[in-house]
Amino acid sequence: MTIEVRNVCKSFKDVDAVRNVSLRVESGEALALLGPNGAGKTTLVEMIEGVQIPDSGEIKILEKTWAKDEHFLRKEIGLALQETRFQDRLTVEETLGLFAGFYGLNQVRTREVLEIIQLESKRDTWVVQLSGGQRQRLALGIAILPRPQILILDEPTTGLDPNARRDLWKILEDFKSTGTTLILTTHYMEEAEFLCERIVMMDQGEILADGTLAQLLDKFGEGDLIEYVIDGSNPTDETNLLGGVLSCRWDSETGQGNLTVNSISETLPKFLDLIKNSEVSLTSLECRRRTLDDLFLAMSGRHLDE
Amino acid sequence: MNSILFQLVISQFKLFFREPGVVFWSFGFPVVMAWILGIAFANKGEILRNVAIVTENPAVVSALPKWLHEKSGTVDNQLSGEAELEWEVGMNAGDQARFRFRAMSEEEAVLALKRGQISLWIEGSPETNLSYRFDPDNADARLTYLLLETAFREKISSEIKAEIRPLTMVGIRYVDFLIPGLMAMSIMNACLWGIGWNLIELRIKKLLRRIVATPLRKSIFLISHGLNRMILSAAEMLLLYIFAYFYFDIRIQGSLLALALVFLSGYCAFAGIAILISSRVQNTQSGNGMINIVTMPMFILSGIFFSYHNFPDWLIPYVEVLPLTMLTNSLRGIITEGIGLAQVIQPSLGLFGIGAVCFALGLKLYLWH
Repeated sequence: MTIEVRNVCKSFKDVDAVRNVSLRVESGEALALLGPNGAGKTTLVEMIEGVQIPDSGEIKILEKTWAKDEHFLRKEIGLALQETRFQDRLTVEETLGLFAGFYGLNQVRTREVLEIIQLESKRDTWVVQLSGGQRQRLALGIAILPRPQILILDEPTTGLDPNARRDLWKILEDFKSTGTTLILTTHYMEEAEFLCERIVMMDQGEILADGTLAQLLDKFGEGDLIEYVIDGSNPTDETNLLGGVLSCRWDSETGQGNLTVNSISETLPKFLDLIKNSEVSLTSLECRRRTLDDLFLAMSGRHLDE
Repeated sequence: MNSILFQLVISQFKLFFREPGVVFWSFGFPVVMAWILGIAFANKGEILRNVAIVTENPAVVSALPKWLHEKSGTVDNQLSGEAELEWEVGMNAGDQARFRFRAMSEEEAVLALKRGQISLWIEGSPETNLSYRFDPDNADARLTYLLLETAFREKISSEIKAEIRPLTMVGIRYVDFLIPGLMAMSIMNACLWGIGWNLIELRIKKLLRRIVATPLRKSIFLISHGLNRMILSAAEMLLLYIFAYFYFDIRIQGSLLALALVFLSGYCAFAGIAILISSRVQNTQSGNGMINIVTMPMFILSGIFFSYHNFPDWLIPYVEVLPLTMLTNSLRGIITEGIGLAQVIQPSLGLFGIGAVCFALGLKLYLWH
């Protein structure tokens, strides 16, 4: 086992950031900590990174603790913190070279990493002149410099455009094949789904759910969704009679409703017939599988991107 | 030198020289300041002293009285009735004075006084009763009064002969006083802004937290900052001295070894203070405030630009234990008085002590994350 977090708590003034969290991460596993802002993800990973000290509980990494083996652990953990700003007027290569020096690495490794993060063409560019995506790739490059056993990335793609995000995902996907244990915090469910086999959903300092995407959807997210907007009176009573409907919701103010159903193909025709034969008009319709955000909403009453 | 320490120092040099603004404030500004102040307080000639002549007669409020023209030797029909008059008295340096008189009403004089345009006004005439109106606590106004009184006196007692012999030799000029003060100020600024502010900025950028999450030893990181600024600060001092040497003909009269000791101890004191100041600050506003709280009182009190001996007696013992005062006095002693190692050991130990205490306290409080 690579990381073991046992009954860890952490508070800041009056806020309980992490409440009695326990977590085990196996070697080579890719784990996403998914949750909205303020869920406690960053505090939890900062305790794993040795940046914060838990108020209570225990964290063991590679069978070692921060109190006794800080120097060893610093060499074995690569990390990218949320919103680190590197020195504006050092070049990409100088920045990587400086951090390589901290790990006792030479220029060969710097060049390898430049290639991995696809910034060879920007090697002589000052950091201040890089785009947001390039800066995040540089942060990732610094994290992977020492060929760490554990890689911890705190919201590595927050604020990036979709293209920059995909570029970073591609680099990370390639890097995963080296067998490094990956812990990633994010509030993008697509990122968690794409990069990690295991997803841990957090809210208000607690773990709400833990498992693979399929396990989570099976366990907490039975059924598909039919979402609609109608102009007229509430058809909820009739929709309950359609058959195959697990639950239904309708907001009289906005006209928005949704049905959780066993099978879209079975229920949708009946629903459309119902609308056709009633005095209401359908202004919008969307059918889809349930997502992690739906699960999170059902469990916490909040969306992941809140 | 440890290779990573060397690498860190080199990186910081690169960052320094890639910021033209920072280079100017570090190297250019002290030289420009020395040049401006050195010029401003040397060869400036006599100050023109503005004096208001107030009359209560509204009919002649815009004209200077006849007695003034007579006194100044400009009794001339052409000038009579003018509202402004310049008068230069004295023959030798030291007793020369230049006055500019302006006729105005009392209301206008009060306003001019409030605006600092005059420091004194005159009412009446020598035949009746000449009265001077000024703030007796204002030293400049008192000097103007004394100079005017001497100039207006028609018969000067000649029983006691007095002679003014101007002192202009190297070492006692204002610029000799100023340059060591500027050197001390430059060391303080190099440390507080160069080390303190840089560390605060690294914390704000979360780069400090990122750096200490690597195997790099914190001591190496801090030493690299101290070493980098020490080299730059020594270069700043040298540049300022070279300028003063060639432009103002200033020579170091005392021991170079003593100068090196004082520089090192002053640097250590302010580097320690910089570490302490930066230990917990987490945003730009607090960082600015903290550095200004420390520097401003010393700028004012420590005798950089003017002697602190004009402050009240009770304050002077406190002023003399300020690190900037100790550093300035020691540098001034070495450069202008020619003192040696023995005389600077005590203040240097004091400065090393201040540095050590602040550094230890700063490290204890330091917020790395």
